[in-house]
Amino acid sequence: MSIINRSLAVLGLVLVTCGATQAQTSKPIKVGVFVAVTGPGSFLGDASKKTFELYTQQFNKNGGVDGRQIELVLYDSKTNPKEAASLARKLIDQDQVDVLIGANTTGEAMAVVPFVEEANIPFIALAGGSVVVDPVKKWVFKTPHTDQMSVEKIYAQLRKEKRSKVALLSGAAGYDQSCRKNAKELSARLGIDIVSDEQHGSGDTDVTTQLTKIRGSGADALIYCGAGAPSALVARNYKQLGLTLPLYMTVGVASQAYIEAAGPAAEGSRVTGSAILAFADMMQDDPIYNVSRSLHDGYVASYKEEPSAFSGYAYDALLLTVEALRRAGTTDKAKVRDALEGLKNIPGVNGIYNFSATDHLGFSADSMWIVEVKDGRYRKVD
Amino acid sequence: MVDFLQFLVAGLSQGAIYALVGLGFSVIYRATHIVNFAQGEFVMIGGLGTAGALSFALPMPLAILSALVAGCVAALVLDLIVIRLARFAPALLLIIVTIGASVALRGAAQLAWGRNFHSIPSPFGSEPLHVYGVAIMPQVILILVTTVGAVVGLQWFFRRTRFGQAMLAAAINPTAASLVGIELRHVYTATFLIAGLLGMIAGLLITPLAMVHFESGLAFSLKGFAAAILGGLGSVPGVVAGGLLLGVVESLSAGYVSSAYKDAIAFLLIIVVLLTRPEGVFGRRSTGRV
Repeated sequence: MSIINRSLAVLGLVLVTCGATQAQTSKPIKVGVFVAVTGPGSFLGDASKKTFELYTQQFNKNGGVDGRQIELVLYDSKTNPKEAASLARKLIDQDQVDVLIGANTTGEAMAVVPFVEEANIPFIALAGGSVVVDPVKKWVFKTPHTDQMSVEKIYAQLRKEKRSKVALLSGAAGYDQSCRKNAKELSARLGIDIVSDEQHGSGDTDVTTQLTKIRGSGADALIYCGAGAPSALVARNYKQLGLTLPLYMTVGVASQAYIEAAGPAAEGSRVTGSAILAFADMMQDDPIYNVSRSLHDGYVASYKEEPSAFSGYAYDALLLTVEALRRAGTTDKAKVRDALEGLKNIPGVNGIYNFSATDHLGFSADSMWIVEVKDGRYRKVD
Repeated sequence: MVDFLQFLVAGLSQGAIYALVGLGFSVIYRATHIVNFAQGEFVMIGGLGTAGALSFALPMPLAILSALVAGCVAALVLDLIVIRLARFAPALLLIIVTIGASVALRGAAQLAWGRNFHSIPSPFGSEPLHVYGVAIMPQVILILVTTVGAVVGLQWFFRRTRFGQAMLAAAINPTAASLVGIELRHVYTATFLIAGLLGMIAGLLITPLAMVHFESGLAFSLKGFAAAILGGLGSVPGVVAGGLLLGVVESLSAGYVSSAYKDAIAFLLIIVVLLTRPEGVFGRRSTGRV
């Protein structure tokens, strides 16, 4: 074989490898998502799904991640931890996604964690429970405010208003019970006295009995530790009985669906959540104004409805993923994880993210707002 | 005292709904010896169907009518499947078929009306009446009056009409009934329609107070079945008493013992009743069909 032939062969080999790497970098980045589109958590998952679909498109239109497009692989986890776990495995093994995002409920997130840790893939959870990132798990991050933050925020507000006797009402779901536990644990430290601790069942159609007890308990504030649809029932029964103590609800209620379901009974009730809930009250100099605005305006234009806090969680998860992928410059899972953990001062819809090796949530209760329903809209409470 | 009365109002209104659902169980059980676990789905269809029709700006009476039509179609389909199969399937299998039907109805409801919670306005508005400090929604009075009406109507139908008598006869002895010329198929169809209507009435009554979504039926099935068992599956007054008792026990145990354990207390009561009086508190002791 002549030297020329040999050089040509080498050149050919080089060209082939180059072509291969070329193809490698322009291949889309796969983001695997499972959200609760159906089932009891659908009022959370629906907004998340819409946000993922809309903004993957938008990010791709803006050039994706350094020219690479993002391919969204989205499944419905049916608010079912078992389903979520098997979908996570499917996304990891069959679809071979590069990053995993999902789980609107705490139960689903916790069911997925073992598979994530085994597969060593970065996972951003959309669930509220503090247990998801406390204790810190190497591969698990999350974007939503926790139930604990909601309670802290409400307690701070109550102390500002010189109220200290709290009645709790909670349902049977995991989120309710986590919130209830945190509310009881935090109460002593924050100078709050829990004078009544009532519960309702998951299919109940009436809570006037519990509220009547609360009325007689001498409480000067009521916190409903629940999520989703039962909150509208609580608001209605509260109005029926003519209760006057302020009614607080947590981030589990933070969507437009609550106001629609409870109707006029929602008026005056207070909810904790992201600033996006009361976008009209946001100040232009707020560091998260611009990012909130881009979600708000785009969402309203596409879906003709206000984004909920759960749109914000999905949006932030996508934003953080794109940012981490960009910084890592690769889809190597360990490097993407390191990049995620290293993100600092990233303005998201829920607050400014500052991840670290000991904090995979990245923000404090300060970024949370208390909003009050006025004339069918959420308005900021100072 | 005011608190006690408030608990009682809550218990009675819930109990009346359990009673209506329980009556649906009772009617089908008497005629066919099948426990129809799709019974609670009719509550859901009554409420969601009306809410769905209202969203198309139909007037209330038409909306209710369209929900009733949808529910009756569902009842007829259920009847068709169950009775067709009944020729060669044992009762246990048919009960499982009704569970399957309830899953199918839930799925259909999700397709038709979406996954959100829906409500319908009460004809009497949402302002409560205050009687000696007790807040009573006018809808609660409507629930109680309608339940009494349904029970009286049902008793009159079974005791005083030829068709009702024929249904009773078919329930007591199907072979003898068909020998004297009672068309059993028509009887079965009628029982499913009546049971469906009772469920849908419950749905129309409760939806203005609570809200329904496609999965609401299951809870009503459980509570309605419990009410029927408590009172005695075969007896109309028994089932009504069972429903009211269940509702009041739930409410009072939530009020005076613990709201966390109210369902546990109610179901404990049912277990005790089943152990001591298997035929229900008000049921008649009877021997099974051989």
